[in-house]
Amino acid sequence: MIPLSHFLILGALLFSISIAGIFLNRKNIIILLMCIELMLLAVNINFIAFSHYLGDMAGQVFVFFILTVAAAEAAIGLAILVVVFRNRRTINVQELDQMKG
Amino acid sequence: MPEYLSEIAPAYPEIFLLIATCTVLLLDLFVKDYQRYITYIAVQGSLLFTAWLVYTATDSTTVVTTFNDMFVADPMGRMLKISIILITMAVFSYSRPYLKDRNMYKGELFTLGLFAVLGMMVMVSAKTMLLIYLGLELLSLSLYAMVAFRRDNSVASEAAMKYFVLGAIASGMLLYGMSIIYGLSGSLNLSHIASYLSEQDGLMSNLGLLLGLSFILVGFGFKLGVVPFHMWIPDVYHGAPTAITMFLGAAPKIAVFAMIFRLLAEGLGDMSVGWQQILILLAALSLFVGNIIAIAQTNLKRMLAYSTISHMGFVAMGILAATEAGYAASMFYIITYAIISMGGFAVIIFLSHKDSEADELADLKGLSSRHPWIAFMMLLFLFSMAGVPPTVGFYAKLSVIQAVVSVDIVWLAVFAVLMSVIGAYYYLRAVKIMYFDTAEKSVVAGKAGFEFNLLLSANGLAVIALGMLPSLLMSACVSSVNVIFN
Repeated sequence: MIPLSHFLILGALLFSISIAGIFLNRKNIIILLMCIELMLLAVNINFIAFSHYLGDMAGQVFVFFILTVAAAEAAIGLAILVVVFRNRRTINVQELDQMKG
Repeated sequence: MPEYLSEIAPAYPEIFLLIATCTVLLLDLFVKDYQRYITYIAVQGSLLFTAWLVYTATDSTTVVTTFNDMFVADPMGRMLKISIILITMAVFSYSRPYLKDRNMYKGELFTLGLFAVLGMMVMVSAKTMLLIYLGLELLSLSLYAMVAFRRDNSVASEAAMKYFVLGAIASGMLLYGMSIIYGLSGSLNLSHIASYLSEQDGLMSNLGLLLGLSFILVGFGFKLGVVPFHMWIPDVYHGAPTAITMFLGAAPKIAVFAMIFRLLAEGLGDMSVGWQQILILLAALSLFVGNIIAIAQTNLKRMLAYSTISHMGFVAMGILAATEAGYAASMFYIITYAIISMGGFAVIIFLSHKDSEADELADLKGLSSRHPWIAFMMLLFLFSMAGVPPTVGFYAKLSVIQAVVSVDIVWLAVFAVLMSVIGAYYYLRAVKIMYFDTAEKSVVAGKAGFEFNLLLSANGLAVIALGMLPSLLMSACVSSVNVIFN
């Protein structure tokens, strides 16, 4: 049987990749959205692993809610992306700099 | 009453608000543009009735939990929910002239606002991490959409994008922390987590718990807007339409306070030594960065954004005292801050007109000669933010500082006072611009209806009245916190 720690390390790795992606990425907002999704999925792995090893269903129920909310979040994120593109004709992260101070 | 009805009775206000919101959404389809006041009245009526339901659903001494101990209705929740609803009603009322001028006076905006209120109420009543997360997301998703509501405005859409990305990172961090706490304690329920922690020894050497706690605090830091997680606040406050800035700067802060209180004080109360240290750092940094950078701002909304950051430092100070008096002081601070900041943004709305947002500091020039009463109200709000007696800001700061001193963190109290003195500079500079500078160009006179002026006057007088008689609100805060801990 695969020990719990393997799942947690996988979750932590995915989480780190998503954080690194958010902070290193300087080009494309869509990549930011992908990183955000990855972050939530990393959390889901944690929840499912814990839920399985604890023998407690609550964690798996939480995952269903996270998946649903992530879908709504992606919808809103993409909608805002479309609005940004219409106004700017670009989705480059570095060009989102109209406000200073 | 059948048993299943008494089970859901504490959640009647939320259930009613959900139904009312969906009804308003449908009703708005059949309302023509010139009849929009029907939607508006329905929205305000729903909120008022929800407030009344909150008032009657629970009394001020008992704690009722329901839905398998997932949902709690207690005096603190009751007070915070009523404040959230009343402040939201005032914000909607203030926003009306602004929204009409900019073709934003639409049913969708109000529906999103109602959903945000529902999210806030769920956050306030949440007793499990699942409910905290769902309430927070319902609030945040509504706010993202509201910030992006002017879809032809490039600054607003940029602000919405930044808000969305940083808000989503915050949710991710919070969730990761929650997953670790869940894994270690074996439960999502805050009271189970608290009893698990009370049985453990050496909490401060348990790396797993500390890791989870740190992630949760990062998430809270983002949502509350304390340094170093404050990057979104200035851009979002500046870029969002003023009416939306007013909305997201007032009531959601109260809900975030409730969320932090529930998780840190009720759930992770036994780890207070751990989160106290982190919060001290966050509070001190917020007080410093917020007040110093605000001096350099020329944009009024941006200045108020940095002032928000410093005020959130004060709120964090009350929480980190980890005493009943500290929580009560923070609760008092956050409610009165919401009232004050709402007033400040209302004056910006008053100054703005169709072609100009009038959100520069220079737009305040000569306000006292043009509109002496409005200028006096702005003076009250600015004095209150600076903490000048007899306004309520003074008492709020005093009680937070008292709470910190009583747990022997005197240096932080001294630092907070010093930073308030620096902060007083930019508030008083705005007052000086209003009273002693004259406008260079002819200014289009702000126009606002009777309703707006009446509300602004009531808001200003509330700032004075609560400052003169703080015990009105403070005693309610203290007793509602006491009920939870006894």
